[in-house]
Amino acid sequence: MVERSIRVERLWSWRTFFLQWEWLLVLIFIAVNIVNSTLSPYYFTADTFLQTPMTFLDMSFLVLPMTMVIILGNIDISVGSTVALSAVVMAVAYNAGLPMVLSIVLCLLVASACGLVNGLLMTRFKELSSVIVTLATMIIYRGIAYVILQDQAAGKFPKWYSALGWGSVGKVPIILIVFAICAVVFGLLLHKTSFGRKIYGMGSNLTASRYSGVNTDSIIMIVSVLTGLMAGFTALFLSSRMGSTRPNVAQGYELSVIAMVVLGGVSTSGGKGRIAGPLLAIFIIGFLNYGLGLVNVQAQVLLIIVGLLLILSVLVLNVRFGGRYKRSVPGTAKKLAAQEHSSETTP
Amino acid sequence: MRRSASFTESFRELGLLVFIVIICAIFQIRNHNFLTLENIDDLLTNTAILSIMSVGMMMVILTRGIDLSVGSTVAIAGMVSALTVQFFRGISPVVSVLESVAVGTVVGILNGLLVARFNVLPIIATLGTMNVIRGLTYVISGGAWVSSYQMSSGFKGIATGELLGVSNPIIMAVVINVAFFYFINHMRTGRQIYAVGSNPEAADISGIPRRRIIWLVYTLMGALSGLGGVIWVAKFASAQSDTATGFELSVIAATVLGGVSIAGGSGKVSGLILGTILLGILNNALPLINVSPFWQQAIQGVVILAAVLTNVLVKRNNQRFALRRRAI
Repeated sequence: MVERSIRVERLWSWRTFFLQWEWLLVLIFIAVNIVNSTLSPYYFTADTFLQTPMTFLDMSFLVLPMTMVIILGNIDISVGSTVALSAVVMAVAYNAGLPMVLSIVLCLLVASACGLVNGLLMTRFKELSSVIVTLATMIIYRGIAYVILQDQAAGKFPKWYSALGWGSVGKVPIILIVFAICAVVFGLLLHKTSFGRKIYGMGSNLTASRYSGVNTDSIIMIVSVLTGLMAGFTALFLSSRMGSTRPNVAQGYELSVIAMVVLGGVSTSGGKGRIAGPLLAIFIIGFLNYGLGLVNVQAQVLLIIVGLLLILSVLVLNVRFGGRYKRSVPGTAKKLAAQEHSSETTP
Repeated sequence: MRRSASFTESFRELGLLVFIVIICAIFQIRNHNFLTLENIDDLLTNTAILSIMSVGMMMVILTRGIDLSVGSTVAIAGMVSALTVQFFRGISPVVSVLESVAVGTVVGILNGLLVARFNVLPIIATLGTMNVIRGLTYVISGGAWVSSYQMSSGFKGIATGELLGVSNPIIMAVVINVAFFYFINHMRTGRQIYAVGSNPEAADISGIPRRRIIWLVYTLMGALSGLGGVIWVAKFASAQSDTATGFELSVIAATVLGGVSIAGGSGKVSGLILGTILLGILNNALPLINVSPFWQQAIQGVVILAAVLTNVLVKRNNQRFALRRRAI
């Protein structure tokens, strides 16, 4: 057998390293913080950086699995409804006399079951796009939440439960610690395991993955259940911070979460992107929100900014700035494959 | 093959029709006031906006796209026309309608620019514009409402007026549906929409201006959302910045229920009308038979899921049938 000697890898260089999308996000993040610290003299303290994340992290649990979903080339718009349904079930179960710990377990179970149903539908009915499946389940899950609780609010959680959302260990909020652990776990799953590699493979070519022996159905199922589970985490922290829950919580979360993932440089056509981008995007949008709050800018202006950021980031990535900024497939960043001219496929 | 394909399509529509008839029968048995002229008029008036906009959404989905910004477009177009009426009371309703449609068209052109010119994925582009437009609506209105007493009666007449005993929104919906039925089925540009959706590369090769078609489709969607906006505001006699939040999902659901394939290239106006009517009945008539409004959403979701899954199963069955016939 003749050994092939075609060299498709390019050597690592400072130039390709710094022209990655994540660095642009780091620059934006620094810019946001500079602007914020000119707005308020009390901004630039360790407390701010530790306490502020408490205000926006509950939604961010969804960003982690959504990154996987979008790398798979799918999309999941039922996450907001899953949050609402699991939170409502937990609150009703607790008020019906179930111990809080069991209610929390129930919450996570219900959320995972929601993900499981999505996964089953997607794998049994492959003809349907994930948009349609999750659109239907989104309406159904929210609908069930309304059937259970109507227009009431349920709550009166025990004291230690609200400490989950508001408390901190030393100076670090509990939610930040849990989120960091989840982020590390998802990062490792996505970048260091064969499971993660299979996700990338399926995202760039589903048929090829199937023919090379990847059990694509089970991967989709696992990712769906993980999405549900993380929605359960969001439900826990959200209801803990709010002290009660209603069927209309977490409305529109799915769109904000997708926006963060896309802003993080994950390609919606699948197969490209890294966990670091969406993580940075979470903190950019979170701190931007906080800074705008400092100068009493309406929350609605933030909508405009997030929308513009989303469009601009996709535009920059599509027009490719002369082909320089790239969404890279992890692992090849150091030895960027010679794909200079492989452009985004047109929708 | 060809015959069986058209058989599937008509089976689908027949199925929807039968389902609608069954639902109507059940409703009529439970509540004898359901099939009165007055109630049907009410129901259709409430469904008119959905019907007008789902025609646009159908064209967008035919080209393999999707438009999430329609709810926001309804809000901004309605808000702009309502603010104008608030400041210039004497303005003619026709001008209000045109103004609203113009605002919607601008939004549509923007979406089309992003999708057709810059190759942004439709779901992402319209997600972005959805946020931007919603935010702009808050900014131009300052978060305030335009209420009933600030609107002229002529303006409110856009939605509450009648022509020959039929309310204006129904007439507009019928006109739009007929016009676009003709456009999609009997005009060259309309047929090109299908071509672009079912095979973009083939469309390119056969000289169809693909990008221009996509741009046109989003522009039309924007214009129809603008029309929906002015009717919405006139009907509820109040313009708020959070008008029609989440309405995009109803429009998409009606379109999908009507048998328009999200993979692009297939779907008919006749099916779409049935889908819209079914969703309209589910939206408006459940309280009439004493079903708690809290059940409404769950029932809607189950019906949509059932319709979509039935479609897949019928198609599969059909393919198996075709294969077996070929084997003989």
